[in-house]
Amino acid sequence: MEYSIGGLRDMFLGNVRRLEDILSYANISDDIAEIDASRLVHKEINDLMQYCALQGVRKIVLRGVCGQRYLGTRLYFPNPRPRLEIEIHGHPGNDLGAFLDGHRIVVHGNAQDGVGNTMDGGEILVHGRAGDVVAMSMRGGRILIRDDVGYRTAIHMKEYKDKVPVLVVGGTAQDFFGEYMAGGRVVLLGLNLGNKPHRARYIGTGMHGGIMFIRGKVEKWQLGKEVGIVDMEREDWKLLEKHVGDFCEIFGFKRDEVLGGDFLKLKPMTKRPYGKVYAY
Amino acid sequence: MELVRGEEMFSHMLPEFIVERREDRCIRCRVCERQCAFEVHKYDKELDMVFSDEKKCVGCQRCAVLCPTDALVIRPHPGEYRRNANWTRERIQDLKKQAETGGVILTGSGNDKPYRIYWDHIVLNASQVTNPSIDPLREPMELRTFLGRKPDALELRFNGGDYEDVEVATELYPNVMIETPMVFSAMSYGAISYQAFKSLAMAASEYGTLFNTGEGGLPKELRKYGKNAIVQCASGRFGVDPEYLNCAAVVEIKIGQGAKPGIGGHLPGEKVTLPISVTRMIPEGTDALSPAPQHDIYSIEDLSMLIYALKEATNYETPVSVKIAAVHNVAAIASGMVRAGADIIAIDGLRGGTGAAPKIIRDNVGIPIELALAAVDRRLREEGIRNKCSILVAGGFRCSADVVKAIALGADAVYIGTPALVAMGCTLCQKCYTGKCNWGICTQDPYLSRRLNPEIASKRLVNLLRGWSLEIKEMLGGMGINAVESLRGNREHLRGVGLEDWELEVLGIKGAGE
Repeated sequence: MEYSIGGLRDMFLGNVRRLEDILSYANISDDIAEIDASRLVHKEINDLMQYCALQGVRKIVLRGVCGQRYLGTRLYFPNPRPRLEIEIHGHPGNDLGAFLDGHRIVVHGNAQDGVGNTMDGGEILVHGRAGDVVAMSMRGGRILIRDDVGYRTAIHMKEYKDKVPVLVVGGTAQDFFGEYMAGGRVVLLGLNLGNKPHRARYIGTGMHGGIMFIRGKVEKWQLGKEVGIVDMEREDWKLLEKHVGDFCEIFGFKRDEVLGGDFLKLKPMTKRPYGKVYAY
Repeated sequence: MELVRGEEMFSHMLPEFIVERREDRCIRCRVCERQCAFEVHKYDKELDMVFSDEKKCVGCQRCAVLCPTDALVIRPHPGEYRRNANWTRERIQDLKKQAETGGVILTGSGNDKPYRIYWDHIVLNASQVTNPSIDPLREPMELRTFLGRKPDALELRFNGGDYEDVEVATELYPNVMIETPMVFSAMSYGAISYQAFKSLAMAASEYGTLFNTGEGGLPKELRKYGKNAIVQCASGRFGVDPEYLNCAAVVEIKIGQGAKPGIGGHLPGEKVTLPISVTRMIPEGTDALSPAPQHDIYSIEDLSMLIYALKEATNYETPVSVKIAAVHNVAAIASGMVRAGADIIAIDGLRGGTGAAPKIIRDNVGIPIELALAAVDRRLREEGIRNKCSILVAGGFRCSADVVKAIALGADAVYIGTPALVAMGCTLCQKCYTGKCNWGICTQDPYLSRRLNPEIASKRLVNLLRGWSLEIKEMLGGMGINAVESLRGNREHLRGVGLEDWELEVLGIKGAGE
């Protein structure tokens, strides 16, 4: 198929090879596959991952990943629904795990923009940092990022009934953290800040659902006008013990030290921030 | 600052409608009272009379239509301010409303201002003497349309020397076949009732065309209609899960809407009932806020990223559409969209409808679809990329002739929204945003939505598609054309009447008589 359009690089799909021509990049033994991604474009990697999953592979190790997008996006299998474990070595590109359907992705390296974009379920762990719009419109599953994240993290994250997504960020975040948030639980730990305050502005602006927990120093002017600071309750500590506990275990932090810090709990003041804007 | 709301003031508004009850006909059956969600009619037992609070009347005509003795006449209120070409009644009323509420004035349905409707200044051709017209009742007439990217060239492979065993060697892009060049516009479950939503799905499925879920998701039990669905992925990403994307015929990225270009949408919390909350995947009672931009799209490159994310998510088997509102640089934007990988570009014009939009935006932002369509089609042809996408246009198509003219101006197919609503019962009272639609279309109140029976409403919709399709065939036959494909972008069949030179130039058509 010819993908190139004059004047645009067309998402690196210029010379995508057929599946049969790239099978040699995958080394399958039993239910584990190892893929050398260093010479593959994103579509080729996802073609191979899809192929491996259909062959019964349940764990995929990607080596030499460098900027390829959408890793894990094309792993929707309606029936049965296998759950894959994907280990990524290197630096995956934008939209890692976009629309992710319940798989587990572990990144040994940094991630770029759009990690877990509109993710439906599963888990993404990043042993490093991530770029902008992490967990945008995420509706299920869990994302743990060891270091910092960029702008507009957890924007428009959602929840309904028992489907409550969770994001834990070990470092700090930039502006518009939790903007438009409609649900879910977001934890910002600030572990790499020392005694310095978080710098993000417009935290939770337009927020109308969900809860944010911020460890470390945040001034009131840094918060959006739709959020309020409320007292921690027992359930909140239970939630933090579970997810921050897992975070510390996975990334090697001291659990008691992390959980012993001061946590600020932020909630939207109303489920209807813009109810009074209109004349009926 | 705390606003003093209308309830605490004496209202200065004039009624919009007058309710005339012919007492000699009224049998006190109280149908009008039960039918009106705006609570205009009230029966007084002691006096055995029905009274009407005209200030509440929106002119939807539900009571007049259902009155068994035709005792009711609802018409615009004759009370007038002093005539003033500048300060019209509408302007004065809006000012008073804002003085009483301090808010943004909301409205529903499409722009009702007298902007030039170019369809009414374009006439169609017919065959006389020099070429024969075709009678569609006797001869085959093709309305079937394929939506999606087409290859630059088609390579054929001949097996054997007899030219009988031929196959297409070019690998084709995914395309969706529709039986008539009309699909239903995006109307979400949430904006419209479950019954109305289901009626559209049933009609699309029966006629072999598509409906559009809007951005409210697709309820699980309706996913069987997926192969007739265009599912939207909009800025709120409501109801988007892998199954939703994979059950659909087309996935559409909604960037903008003709009725409200550049702004987001707010589905008020009181409309987010349990079933809506499950379908949209948000908590019950929460405002469903669609941000103005998609926050992962700030450029053509970002758009390309989402297009390919959706292609990845659907295994490259589903065409991806990108819908924008028609705005000033629409041709350049459309070119970027095609280059970003869109298989279908959907353009919604100035007169496009809505369930709720600020009136000031609806009535003032955007450009007419006729000019936008002509500009986009021409630009894509000039750049040699017209075949790489299908063009879907929306926004104020009122009859089959509008559809034919749009196709001759370069559209592949047309989105019809308001005609579908009218077919189901809508009377364009423009009160969609109140959620009190007496016709059971634009409401989540089960007492009201029960009034719409999907079996019957879908029949009305199928009838509409059938009637328009027959008319389109008649018009095509008259032009001597036997396939809608031959009309596409065929401006020679159009002439302008009463248009300025610049308008003819933008439309790319000659004046009548030329």
